[in-house]
Amino acid sequence: MEQVMFWLCGIIAIIFSLMMILKRNPVHSALCLVVVFVSLAVLYVLLGAEFLAAVQVIVYAGAIMVLFLFVIMLLNLDQEVRSQGKPRLVLKTCSLVGTGLVLLLLLTAGGFRAAGVSGQQALAPAGTGNTRALAELLFTKYLLPFEVTSVLLLAAIVGAIVLAGKKE
Amino acid sequence: MIDTTQYLVLAAVLFSLGVAGVFIRRNAIVIFMCIELMLNAVNLTFLALSRNLGKIDGQVFVFFIMTVAAAEAAVGLAIILSLYRRRQTLNVDEVNLLKW
Repeated sequence: MEQVMFWLCGIIAIIFSLMMILKRNPVHSALCLVVVFVSLAVLYVLLGAEFLAAVQVIVYAGAIMVLFLFVIMLLNLDQEVRSQGKPRLVLKTCSLVGTGLVLLLLLTAGGFRAAGVSGQQALAPAGTGNTRALAELLFTKYLLPFEVTSVLLLAAIVGAIVLAGKKE
Repeated sequence: MIDTTQYLVLAAVLFSLGVAGVFIRRNAIVIFMCIELMLNAVNLTFLALSRNLGKIDGQVFVFFIMTVAAAEAAVGLAIILSLYRRRQTLNVDEVNLLKW
């Protein structure tokens, strides 16, 4: 079962990253990358990192890729495709595979939770999930890097506004 | 239980695809996506080795990498926006101000 999941998601990840670097249209590349991110999230669940799988879907497939697509649309880079014949095929493939992967993700997470066969079982104390173990480590041993990260994010926000803001 | 080596090989393949994309693509945004792919391959390596070593520390590092990737995406896309405003192009071959 685990082997099947691994090979399925691994092969999907490789195929879609190939498609990402081979597609001419940036929008299609972005959609293929979303599929790669979701299949990696399934692999994260297999590795026992449920919290990071959720963060992967929310932050990467959600926030970062929306930012990418937003910039692509803003710069009007997809004109070349509209004149092309069949842009629908990639969109359909990506949405189908993406939906399948999300279902697989839920199935994997639910299945492992039900069977109690988390890869992380040995790492986390009995009865506590992966999220709790991660949080305890993050707020004790890695507290300083965590705080520095917040400063980094603040600097990134200021930098992005300064760089992208209108200059007259 | 899947062997850690398999995860490492998969991560290496994904990383190489990201590197190949950086080399063969000329669109700045797609190059950026390839960098995100490389970061994800590294995350997979961290998680596989974290499981292999039986320590959860690797997952904390993946958490930090994700944060840095988000900050990097925000700043990088802002740079791409201002680049496009100045040059009206995203082809990295035409952006050669720093080359001599």
